[in-house]
Amino acid sequence: MRSVSPSPPEPARGCRYAEGFTPGLLDPSCTTPAFVAGPNCKAADRRFNVYRNNVTVSLMNALADIFPATLRITGEAFFRAMARFHVRETPPTSPLLFEYGRDFPDFIERYEYAQSMPWLADVARIERAWLDAYHAADGGVLSPAELAAVPPDRLGYLVFEAHPATRILRSAFPAVTIFSVNRASGPVGRIETTAAESALVTRPALDVEVRRLAPGADRFLGGLVAGETMERAASAAGEVNADFDPAAAIRTMLEAGAFAAIRHGG
Amino acid sequence: MPELAIHPDRGASAGLRFPAHAIDGLAGTSFKHQHLPSILADEEQDRGFFEVHAENYMGAGGPPHAALARIREDHPVSLHGVAMSIGGPRPLDKAHLGRFAALVERYEPLLVSEHLAWSTHGTAYYNDLLPLPYTEATLRRVSEHIDEVQEAIGRRILLENPSTYLLFKESTMSETAFIREIVRRTGCGLLLDVNNVFVSATNHGYSALDYLSNYPLGDVGEIHLAGHAEQQDDEGDLLLIDSHDGPVADAVWRLFDIVIGRCGPMPTLIEWDSAIPDWPVLKAEAKAAQSILDRHAASFGQEKMHALG
Ligand SMILES: [Fe+2]
Repeated sequence: MRSVSPSPPEPARGCRYAEGFTPGLLDPSCTTPAFVAGPNCKAADRRFNVYRNNVTVSLMNALADIFPATLRITGEAFFRAMARFHVRETPPTSPLLFEYGRDFPDFIERYEYAQSMPWLADVARIERAWLDAYHAADGGVLSPAELAAVPPDRLGYLVFEAHPATRILRSAFPAVTIFSVNRASGPVGRIETTAAESALVTRPALDVEVRRLAPGADRFLGGLVAGETMERAASAAGEVNADFDPAAAIRTMLEAGAFAAIRHGG
Repeated sequence: MPELAIHPDRGASAGLRFPAHAIDGLAGTSFKHQHLPSILADEEQDRGFFEVHAENYMGAGGPPHAALARIREDHPVSLHGVAMSIGGPRPLDKAHLGRFAALVERYEPLLVSEHLAWSTHGTAYYNDLLPLPYTEATLRRVSEHIDEVQEAIGRRILLENPSTYLLFKESTMSETAFIREIVRRTGCGLLLDVNNVFVSATNHGYSALDYLSNYPLGDVGEIHLAGHAEQQDDEGDLLLIDSHDGPVADAVWRLFDIVIGRCGPMPTLIEWDSAIPDWPVLKAEAKAAQSILDRHAASFGQEKMHALG
């Protein structure tokens, strides 16, 4: 009979490689882990650097893909320096790269060298919302006929269900105009406006659409998305802007496919 | 993009939602959305397969799913996971595993594969295929992870050999011995990346042919071919980087020819993930692989005839 020695408990030692490997991936001041080598115990600094480089550069590239207008505004060198800081400070927490960059606009707002572009963070916020809309669940949109079928005296009580892609962003700057010209392929001229702009981001079918909302309309649509009745959202919008035009705002929301359905009151 | 549509009701029905396609002995390419119009407009009725990175289709909806559903209608699809972190010491991310299983269910891929590598640790995702030591402890952990994945998706996965740039002093077995034992314990199949074999062999100073003669070729279910780039290590020696940004190297084509000569025609993918060329260039690379597969298919067919006669 063979005697079988009882197997020892799992040696934690055997699984420490990730703990030793990861700190240096994002921190250039960490030296190469002592437990790795090249063949025949050759030094492995440049070999470990391949991994450092793969991680940092691929994540910087991911930010560049998510924020192309921000990159175009700042230029490649500025953007990559800014992205490198952010990647090192805030690596992704999800294996889905299209979820990355949610903290990047706030980082831009704090970033010392971006202080001369106070609108840049809002442009980045629109880009992040654009990608959320791109990946949002598919769904039908409320048709003008459905709304037209509601008796006029009931309109004020309507509550809507937002389409899964719909996002509203407010900015104290002309962020939508800056976003739009920098996402398009044409040349960017001088931007004359300094007015605050809000963005309506939607994806009624497969293409993401970004519209500028008039003052008041942002409050109105924001209220509807939050579940307010049409009457309540319209009166709040009227307080923001005495010239608020509810008919125009309703036209915009139908055109944009911002809502999926009338939830109740119809 | 032309001819794309949303089919919201498609995920709900049971049974086969897509046509069944054969993939045996076929060459394929990475599926890049910018190629879709060219692929759809291609007059030549191409029978090639397409491979997608699973993670790119883990959003709720939108253009990625419309594009994949469209391509899946006409072509076999291979689902290639890049972020399961099977080679990591920590437990698998259950939410990620659930998303992966849902994709297998939804798109009915002919091939499903993942990597012998890790990419997540603690809360951070590093977006790279990181290496692991080959020891009894990691063997046990990786086998458990593969069991868990295969259980979750209800089918076998193909495990891909990595390209590596460094070695672990604590390793007690070779990569081929490690992979052999994984196959024995889990019953998984293998995705043999011939470029990775060439890259690792060059980087670690062993022979790619020796690697292949120790590698369980009988368990291979898919082959990867890709381009690599050249750098230098600390001592100025050649260090190859698995860059996927160019054509397949001549040395890798020769290895591929040898592998197919030994194990017969296999689904073979041209991986091209950055500096992506126009569709005709990628397609030509797949055709080059297809002609090698077809040449061996003829002689393997003859052998079969001899055996039967
Ligand atoms: Fe590969």
